[in-house]
Amino acid sequence: MHLIETMNTGFFFLAPWLVLAPVIGLLVNAVFGRQLSEKWIGAVASLASGTAFVVSVLLAYSVAVNHGHAVSVPFAEWIHIGDLKLDWTFRVDSLSTTMMLVVSGVGTLIHIYAIGYMHEDVRFKHQEGRFARFFIFLNLFIAAMMILVSGDSYLMLFVGWEGVGLCSFLLIGFWFEMDTLARPSWANSDAAKKAFITNRVGDFGFLIAGFLMFWYLGRSFQFDDVFAAAPAIAETQRWVIIAITLFMLLGVAGKSAQIPLYVWLPDAMAGPTPVSALIHAATMVTAGVYLVARSAPIYTLVPEAQYIVAMVGAMTALFAATIAVGQYDIKKVLAYSTISQLGFMVAAVGMGAFVAGMFHLVTHAFFKALLFLSAGSVILGLERGHHAHAHHAHHEERHKVRGKRKEEREHEEHKEVFDPGDMRNMGGLRKTMPVTFWLYMIGTLALAGIFPFAGFWSKDEILLDANLHYTSVYWQLTIAAFFTAFYMGRQIWMVFFGEARSDAAKSAQESPKVMTVPLMVLAGLSVVGGALNLPFEGFHHLGHWLGYTLGEVEGLPLNLQVAGISTVLALLAIFISWLIYGRNPLKDHQSDPLKRPLGFVFTGMENKWFVDEGYGVLIITPFKKLSQFLAEVIDWRFWHDFVHDTVIAGTYNWLSEVVLNRYADQKGIDTFFNSWGSFTQWLSGNVRKIQNGFVRSYALSVLLGVVLILGYLILK
Amino acid sequence: MNTELIVFLVLSLVAIVTAIVMLLHRNPVYSALFLVLNFIAVAVFYLLLGAPFIAMAQITVYAGAIMVLFLFVIMLLGAERLPDAKVLRLQRPLAYGLAIVLAAETIYLLFTKAGSNLVVTTPDASLNTMESLREIAMELFNRFLLPFEVTSILLLVAMIGAIVLSKREKGEPK
Amino acid sequence: MVPIEYYIILSVILFSIGVAGVVFRRNPLVIFMSIELMLNAANLAFVAFSSVLKSFEGQIFVFFVIAVAAAEVAVGLALIVEIFKSKRTIDVDQLNSMKE
Repeated sequence: MHLIETMNTGFFFLAPWLVLAPVIGLLVNAVFGRQLSEKWIGAVASLASGTAFVVSVLLAYSVAVNHGHAVSVPFAEWIHIGDLKLDWTFRVDSLSTTMMLVVSGVGTLIHIYAIGYMHEDVRFKHQEGRFARFFIFLNLFIAAMMILVSGDSYLMLFVGWEGVGLCSFLLIGFWFEMDTLARPSWANSDAAKKAFITNRVGDFGFLIAGFLMFWYLGRSFQFDDVFAAAPAIAETQRWVIIAITLFMLLGVAGKSAQIPLYVWLPDAMAGPTPVSALIHAATMVTAGVYLVARSAPIYTLVPEAQYIVAMVGAMTALFAATIAVGQYDIKKVLAYSTISQLGFMVAAVGMGAFVAGMFHLVTHAFFKALLFLSAGSVILGLERGHHAHAHHAHHEERHKVRGKRKEEREHEEHKEVFDPGDMRNMGGLRKTMPVTFWLYMIGTLALAGIFPFAGFWSKDEILLDANLHYTSVYWQLTIAAFFTAFYMGRQIWMVFFGEARSDAAKSAQESPKVMTVPLMVLAGLSVVGGALNLPFEGFHHLGHWLGYTLGEVEGLPLNLQVAGISTVLALLAIFISWLIYGRNPLKDHQSDPLKRPLGFVFTGMENKWFVDEGYGVLIITPFKKLSQFLAEVIDWRFWHDFVHDTVIAGTYNWLSEVVLNRYADQKGIDTFFNSWGSFTQWLSGNVRKIQNGFVRSYALSVLLGVVLILGYLILK
Repeated sequence: MNTELIVFLVLSLVAIVTAIVMLLHRNPVYSALFLVLNFIAVAVFYLLLGAPFIAMAQITVYAGAIMVLFLFVIMLLGAERLPDAKVLRLQRPLAYGLAIVLAAETIYLLFTKAGSNLVVTTPDASLNTMESLREIAMELFNRFLLPFEVTSILLLVAMIGAIVLSKREKGEPK
Repeated sequence: MVPIEYYIILSVILFSIGVAGVVFRRNPLVIFMSIELMLNAANLAFVAFSSVLKSFEGQIFVFFVIAVAAAEVAVGLALIVEIFKSKRTIDVDQLNSMKE
């Protein structure tokens, strides 16, 4: 009917469906999950996410039709206090639609992938009933993420921010009663708690930034109001803007896993692999980058804060990249890689290269999701091989563990348990899992920044900007890029080349189509994703598109020097990795060849530079001791035992015993009432005698009454 | 001192003395007989006061009917002398005291509050006894007809009551 | 010529004697007689006033009183007889319970 008209004006009214569709999906699965088969559960969840993607596409189209003007779609009233009106309004502009497309697009692919992945995962862990729960959480995450990216105020952004944090917690702890090897343990729960608590530190920063913003910048959380008020404040009270940006940086560091709060992300790999791909690589962790990009008008006011942001990003990029070199777990490598790449993005947005940061965000979402999902495919392939290879007996045994007593269970745990995620158990998988191998290769090349894959263009743009702004950042990022290529090369050689180092790897099996097809789509995007924003005149599509929101940015032309250095370094790194890992494939139980030449440096890389241990000594142990002290000494002994029991309760008891009971109550009140009782008894005893049944005495009373009345009349 | 006063005082003395004897005599038969004397004395007062009808009613109803009834009952129940009181020993002195106080109070009130100068005159001989009887009859059957009839019903009820009370129940031993 | 007060005083004295009898005698028959005496005393006062006020209403009242007294004596004596039949005594001090 009005389709033509709508085609011209836009589909902005559809914006609430970004959130409603996944919410409906999760409700359907929550209510009917027990009745539906796995296929239907997956279909419902994927359809919900897919609907959000379609809506995102329509909204992006609408923004384009609307010449890039931001449109606010009011949805619900939330808080109205006096003049303060905090409503749930969707903001549809080029920046938010970009995020929507990434979230729902990658999210939908991961949903589909997860149908196959979780089908096997729940069976390996003997918890088939949790299939629906997983998709409920995934839909919930999509909904929360959509709230985050579509909110038109910092408050709604924060709602989504906390929502995705919750989903992250739920999904990291999805296998909450076991560790990553399905042994009974609370390791996964601890990882979930670690992620949650670390994010609280960041959220604290975000909250403080929000309060400052509200207080000083126009008494509003609306983006437009805040941005409008910011320049004037920056003139008069510069420290306010600096404080806001730096506190916000703390929030970014928490959510986007930057120094010093990145420690939760590697542990978050405890969640199922689709979760690692969706939440902890492609979407949620980029929320911090989005936040900075969204707050671009504030950050550009204070270059010193921008510099700090850029430095934090660059340091994180380099630091995490070095750790990734020393990891053996396939997902841990990717986790540190993610931290490193997030460092690239944060550095980019910190330098004011918002387009470059967002560009890398998008391409990274493609290839890192691809890598994670492929890694999941590898892990499942090994798991399959492990099960196929006459490990039934061993497995049965492990299955029985639940019922056993604790000591026995601990004893069992000491047994060697096959770890399908350990790269030392892999090798030669390119023959057994060819599809996954090629997909992984594409992802690796994209991540390593090899021409012409997507990662090359986006990373190069960041380096270009860094070269223009801060030399130190540029060099840190370049070295980080070198390490990136190196550890990815190492991973490829260790996983797919050489000889199989375990029986499971020998009999590994390729994954089903439901998993590989989404990967192919992601692989395609990883190849051509760079076309979004080519560094040639007239090809800055993304820059132009985001320019609607962030202000028109001059697209940088290709700098052959920068591109050349990074490409050469990447190729060199891959070559070196071949020299070390590819030429002489790792043997079974052989330690890493880098261990001897690098010595303690490699030990540091292997052990994540002992950051967790350092935090343990510096923060957690004192914190625990302080808690212990507060709980035992202050709260229990002093406050409870002494103040409450001795001082308050004791005094009260003493008072009530001595003063009230002994004097007031027993002596005073009791005596009073007992006397009343005795008096009444005495009186009734005497009065009773009057009612003696003798008619003559009654007659006498009547006579007495007459006499008295007459006497009264006389005396009156 | 005129004769009327002397007659009055003498009759008063008779009435009071008979009343006191009635009160104090331990034998109820004597009490009843002295009460009859008292009633007769009062009846004479009625005559002195010009109320011959009431005087006759007093003689016939009280002295005649009621007191005979009393005597019958006394005879029926045996004119026993009750043993000395075991309880309420203070009853008698208290009764005396209070009765005297009552009389004193009433008389005091009479002289202090009422204070009239009315004097009872002897009915003159011209007053026809039958005339006054006629007057009473006229009053009784005109103005007080309803109370009169109610009184007759009252007497009827009393009669039935007395019969019912005295009647032996069926099967009750004689 | 006798002042009306004398009659009233006589009435009061007789009444008081009756009161004393009601209060301290234990024989219900004598108590009844005392009540009659009190009624009589009241009647005397009525008639005295009737005579002084030259009105028959006092006398008519006395007439009613006599009728009521007759009824009262009839019922009262029947009751006494009944009580004697069940209790075998007429001492009012023995009659201090509501039932047998």
